[in-house]
Amino acid sequence: MKKPHVRHILGCVLLVWGLGASAEVTSTRINVPYEMFRLKNGLTVIVHEDHSAPIVSVNVWYHVGSGRETPGRTGFAHLFEHIMFNGSKNVPEGAFDRWLEAVGGNNNGSTTNDRTNYWINLPVSAIETALFVESDRMAYLLDTMSLARVDQQRDVVKNERRQSYENAPYGMVEILLAEAMFPKDHPYSWPVIGSMADLSAASHEDVANFFKKWYGPANASVAIAGDITVTDARRLVEKWFGEVPASERLTPLASRPVLLRDQKQLVLEDKVELPKLYICWPAPAAYSGSSMALQALGDLLADGKNSRLYKRLVYEMQIAQEVEAFYDEGALASNFRIVVTAREGQNLDRILTIVDEELKKIAAEKPSEKEVTRVRNQMEAGFFSRLERVGGFGGKADMLNEFYFYTGNPGFFDAYLAQIRSVSPKDLQAMTMTVLGPGRVLLSAVPMGKKDLALKEVKP
Amino acid sequence: MKTAKIISGILLSVGLAELPARAESAPAIAGSPDRSRPPIPGPVKPFLMPKVEKVILSNGLPVWILENHEVPVATVVVGVRSGAVSDPADKPGLAAMTFSMLDEGAMRKTALEIDEDVSFLGASLRAQAAWDVGVASIQTPVARLDKAVSLLAGVVLKPDFPESELDRLKKEALTSLLIARSEPRQIGSRALLQAVFGKSSRYGLPIGGSTQGIASLTSKDLRAFHSQHFKASNAILIVTGDVRPSELVPLVEKEFGKWEKGASVAQEFLLPAGPKNRKIWLIDRPGSAQSVIRIGLPGPPRNTPDYFPAEVMNTLLGGSFSSRLNDNLREKKGYTYGAASRFDFRKAGGLFLAQADVQTEVTGPALKEFMIELTRIATPATAEEIERAKNFSALGLGFELETTDQVANQLLEMAAYQLPADFIDTYVGKTFGVTSKDIQGVAKTRVDTSKLSIIIVGDRAKIEKPVRDLKIADVSVLSLDDVMGPLPVISKD
Repeated sequence: MKKPHVRHILGCVLLVWGLGASAEVTSTRINVPYEMFRLKNGLTVIVHEDHSAPIVSVNVWYHVGSGRETPGRTGFAHLFEHIMFNGSKNVPEGAFDRWLEAVGGNNNGSTTNDRTNYWINLPVSAIETALFVESDRMAYLLDTMSLARVDQQRDVVKNERRQSYENAPYGMVEILLAEAMFPKDHPYSWPVIGSMADLSAASHEDVANFFKKWYGPANASVAIAGDITVTDARRLVEKWFGEVPASERLTPLASRPVLLRDQKQLVLEDKVELPKLYICWPAPAAYSGSSMALQALGDLLADGKNSRLYKRLVYEMQIAQEVEAFYDEGALASNFRIVVTAREGQNLDRILTIVDEELKKIAAEKPSEKEVTRVRNQMEAGFFSRLERVGGFGGKADMLNEFYFYTGNPGFFDAYLAQIRSVSPKDLQAMTMTVLGPGRVLLSAVPMGKKDLALKEVKP
Repeated sequence: MKTAKIISGILLSVGLAELPARAESAPAIAGSPDRSRPPIPGPVKPFLMPKVEKVILSNGLPVWILENHEVPVATVVVGVRSGAVSDPADKPGLAAMTFSMLDEGAMRKTALEIDEDVSFLGASLRAQAAWDVGVASIQTPVARLDKAVSLLAGVVLKPDFPESELDRLKKEALTSLLIARSEPRQIGSRALLQAVFGKSSRYGLPIGGSTQGIASLTSKDLRAFHSQHFKASNAILIVTGDVRPSELVPLVEKEFGKWEKGASVAQEFLLPAGPKNRKIWLIDRPGSAQSVIRIGLPGPPRNTPDYFPAEVMNTLLGGSFSSRLNDNLREKKGYTYGAASRFDFRKAGGLFLAQADVQTEVTGPALKEFMIELTRIATPATAEEIERAKNFSALGLGFELETTDQVANQLLEMAAYQLPADFIDTYVGKTFGVTSKDIQGVAKTRVDTSKLSIIIVGDRAKIEKPVRDLKIADVSVLSLDDVMGPLPVISKD
């Protein structure tokens, strides 16, 4: 991610009663109206009108993430994300942020295995500033790119890695899990942040090649949501992005699910106080027929006091401080993860036994309709609350692009809601039986010098 | 929105310092955008603020309602005008625990039953203390508003504070303190509060309190806090979202109208003067890849007359991405993933804070750059910087009031600090009214570099010498126990 903090620094002093969304929600349907069109150069544009406040968000997805990297250059997609903010032919170094702030705008970007996204939130009267800087870097990034600029962001990214991974308790776990869950040649087997050695190795030539290959308009989509008409948006996007040189459409990476036959065990010693157990299964790819049920299963297990694992481990037995369960999705493959932080002096083997007992209960007897209704109601409420924002990470513009990228349909909102509502007790039972099987990775993160607190060797 | 009104002063022209003045040019022809300079924005569209409907219930409880019918959800907030500053001296953490315990048993329902009821509605219930207020709130689909309000009233008015649940939450809180000992950023934040405000002030500890304070809490303490502070005359109800006052008022009257009025609870709290001299505190964390730098001073209260100059000055110093601290330490030097500063305003005065996590090897040079920027902020800024900071503060906030939660929080802040009713209406005008001289003035008085407390959590063997060699202040070393208190003892029964 470009920045560690979003604008909250200004406190809660706020100004605009720009309330909510123009999304129309009824008890049965949800409608986020949009129009989609394609420029001659191949750029896909999606526009959603929301006139409830004089603000707009310009959200760009490049359909490339760390999964497109080559061995020896891990972390490059994310380093590149940083470089995108450092100036282009007509936007001097540093001006990207200065110009946007000068019109009241805010921006950020992030990189995952699958994609890289960028957003600019700003008053609608200044939308052309956003379109100028976005189109300039799409068309002319390389004109003023220098090794010095690459070096500068390389240092920032290395500090991001230090802050979020090396210096953070349990921070290195993500890196070990990626490696353990996927075979060496799988695009998800290295972490988005990359290795320090690879970050050092990235050259100016790498930057140029990556840009030419992946950052063309045909490999990007722009979503604009806010106080603007489709007509105006189209005119302005054509004006600013029309001159971006055309590019070839690229073939999406084929989905590549993985299977673990056996149970793998790992131990990480870290500067931490309490042992933590990570249980990780391979799972079906994002937006597949199982995705919503897997999300719901995560909530059934660990969202709220009455969730199965929370209730047992944290509330009743009080042998754990915290428990999480979630479906971590990707276009090629996903994983499902349960993470339990032990209380002081508590044993990870015992915790694993209880987790397995709870999973067996679901496999033996499907959850009640009432329990699953509770889960669905919570998921539905969470989805609605995302519709209150037009911009930023996870706001409506970002969701339009996400739905377009993963399903080809920006208007997937209604289908998404229908999927939430159709999750059944039987689905949750089926997911437990088919996905949460014996092939899994068990990682014990323990305090330095206390390997004895790790899981004992267990046979599945 | 029918009830909206235009905020005065919003139509002020927006000065854009980097843009040369240009005659009204014809709109660019499609396909040939002018990239020789940034586009000139159109006139700022007026922001619209719906009217806040203010009602008083039969027991005197004020209710503020702000309607928004875009999404069928509502947020209902009970704000109690007592927070962590109301903790007794020997029980730091009492307010926080009292609020956390509200939904752990109430109306003779168990914690699990309450959670079941709330989550079945698709609602979420939260309760927590801040410094000057405590809050219990529920966000709910409006179709189930009646039940949600009834649950909220139940946990606020009739909590049971069961011993067994208190015991559980105490263990959880003590375990969190144990975990915090391995988190350099938490260690840094705690050390800073202690250095700036001293061990004898409530401000010297976080809202959650201390190991000893938490360990000492009993149900009796919680009941006493509740019966003293949870009164209609010491509270406010805020409702935002898809509600109609004509239907809402009878509902809240039914649920909250019988809340005992009580006496209002005035809390006198004095801001400690803070250290007289600049000082560096070093906390060893061997093997750290980064040093956590936290620099602080006692800050002005929320109702300070120089609030707007302070906000604009801070935006310029460390409150935005292109601010001086971030531009220097991150963009120019590459020492960090991000450097920032902010004012944490509270009723009695709060904290000024500047911070970054920097690569271990550059700890000395990074600290030197902090000192340069914190000193330079008192000298004149360029017109371009000032315009940019003012525009960023004034114009960009539309995105912070999109959701019912955000709006409810803003109303709560206005109520808690008794901000003038026209605070929002005059916000843009007052921000644009800040001058270069105001910025220098507030920098001189509020960023007094001779009194800075500087915390560094990092690998002492690597950073102590470079830090001492800067010769900017005395250096003292603190142990983890000095900062975090004794290792929490958590019984396992």
